[in-house]
Amino acid sequence: MKTSIIELQGLTKRYGSINVVDHLNLSIHKGEIFGLLGPNGAGKTTTILMMLGLIEPTSGFAKVCGYNSTSSPIDIKSKVGYMPDSVGFYDTMTGLENLMYIAQLNGLSRLEAEKSAIKVMKMVGLENDLNTKTGAYSRGMKQRLGLADVLIKEPEVIIMDEPTLGIDPSGVKDFLKLIKTLSRQHGLTVLLSSHHLNQVQKICDRVGIFVKGKLLAQGNIEQLSEQLFSQTSHQVSITLNEPISLTQKDEEELMQLASVENIAKEGNQLHINCNKILTPDIVRFMVEKNYNIFGVHQKTYGLEDIYQKYFENQHLNV
Amino acid sequence: MEISYTDFSIIKSSNKNVPFWAMVRKEISDHIRSWQFIILLMIIALTFFASMYVAISNLNSAVSNTNDPDHLLIYLKLLTITDGTLPPFHVFISFLGPLLGISLGFNAINSEQQNSTLIRVMAQPIYRDNLLLSKFISVTILISTMFLTLALLMIGAGLLITGVPIELEEVLRIVSYIIICVFYVGFWFSLSIIFSIRFKQAATAAIASIGLWLFFTIFHSMILNVISKIIIPKSILFSSSRYSWIETLFHMAPNQLYTDATTTLLMPKIRSLGPMSMEQMAGAIPNSLPIRDSLLIVWPQVSGLISATIVCFALAYYLFMRKEIKC
Repeated sequence: MKTSIIELQGLTKRYGSINVVDHLNLSIHKGEIFGLLGPNGAGKTTTILMMLGLIEPTSGFAKVCGYNSTSSPIDIKSKVGYMPDSVGFYDTMTGLENLMYIAQLNGLSRLEAEKSAIKVMKMVGLENDLNTKTGAYSRGMKQRLGLADVLIKEPEVIIMDEPTLGIDPSGVKDFLKLIKTLSRQHGLTVLLSSHHLNQVQKICDRVGIFVKGKLLAQGNIEQLSEQLFSQTSHQVSITLNEPISLTQKDEEELMQLASVENIAKEGNQLHINCNKILTPDIVRFMVEKNYNIFGVHQKTYGLEDIYQKYFENQHLNV
Repeated sequence: MEISYTDFSIIKSSNKNVPFWAMVRKEISDHIRSWQFIILLMIIALTFFASMYVAISNLNSAVSNTNDPDHLLIYLKLLTITDGTLPPFHVFISFLGPLLGISLGFNAINSEQQNSTLIRVMAQPIYRDNLLLSKFISVTILISTMFLTLALLMIGAGLLITGVPIELEEVLRIVSYIIICVFYVGFWFSLSIIFSIRFKQAATAAIASIGLWLFFTIFHSMILNVISKIIIPKSILFSSSRYSWIETLFHMAPNQLYTDATTTLLMPKIRSLGPMSMEQMAGAIPNSLPIRDSLLIVWPQVSGLISATIVCFALAYYLFMRKEIKC
């Protein structure tokens, strides 16, 4: 049994008559990387701020590292490193001074603060910019400094709100790799929120899909696609060199192949839905019937499709 | 990327005050480097030296004026005498003080919010009110240092020029004058902090505070004059003196409180701030009051100024504690 380090139960935040976060139950285990995935305005930031005790929940509670966020936010904040979606620094101070300030707010003396600030800046690869004013930092450098800022307090949990916002693709790759390495080396629990699916997909152990204040599904990618696509499962598309003209008999025979659910014709393409992988059988059948196959495409579901599905469902509900 | 961190455990010191004083230190260094503070410091220093120059050049005639009961209190004279070319220093401060307070406070909270440093600081293990308290304390330290430095410069220069030793009476009066100055600037500082919490844009907060300052310096007395003209009947009996509650309202403006308090403290011959009856005047010997009596006269003004500062700060505190941190 894994111990959970973040536990949310019935967490609700109401602004006016709208539940921004709606009876959220979630538990995150020690040492895992959890991705909170959802569109803008889903209530991700509100949830995170409630975990830190910066926003008071309307009902329910959040427990982080064994502390209740409403009654002992100071204990939580000394163990949790939070990186907001737009990291801001005091522009008139150097990177080192900014970090030293935060370290001192965590109770380190001036000397200790300087030592550990230099150490974490080396860790994130900013050792050449120790004495540059943060006003002159690029966006990617600020993001790194934000990570250093989180690490300097030696947290048990790191919470990052949209950590990849506004950095270029190669920067994102490096940044996420850095997060993953640090998490694995030091057994840190990482919670990151994002609306960039493919990025999160790469480094997260588990993801939760969060739409309109509700957690719709959670688990790793395979579990999610199993949960969501058990009915529609697999789709095979076959492209022919001429417009499809299946005879009634052929179509019936094709339907009789084990567990084919429906067949759709569209120009040169034939889309077949089935709940098992039947691609070889279907191709063999088509070849035997003298159809000229140009291409076969078997569709598997990734996080993108999962996300898409939820978006579509949401739009239907509106 | 090469990542090496060998030992990740530094023993955290248990001193609970480290975070708070780190914040105060950071605030002070921020203010000292900020342009608005440098500019106002220069203006105040220049007016100080100008009024000192005028005072020193007129010191001779002021000291030899034996009709004046406190003509021998040279250091108080240095702060108050003028030949009409320049107002004395405390009059300068009555309108530069608010500007100083406003310039230090108008962007205290909202600029941190705009730069999103507020949320980062709030995510550290400190109490939320420590941020506001550190700002207030750092400004108090800053302006006390400034006024104390100016006063010591004045005393030193006076000592060099005249060679007359300073009396305890004068020291006490000058120290209480400095305390009143600090509270006066502190009042305007807490007022502008309220606006900086309330308004997201620093410019809006600045305009709001300056508007209020203009209201109190110019329009407050104008409006009261208009009202008193309407209300008070135009009979000969009443027109000579205004109603006492109008008078009270007139004296309630913060800069009026400051002016009343400082003039009484710096000019020991002042015996009353309100109108005096002939009976009261009759037996009075033109003599300067001891510091205790001067303080008794201005006690309402002093306590009013201090309580206004505290009320403003408490309001800022309340607003900040209830503020949504999320942008």
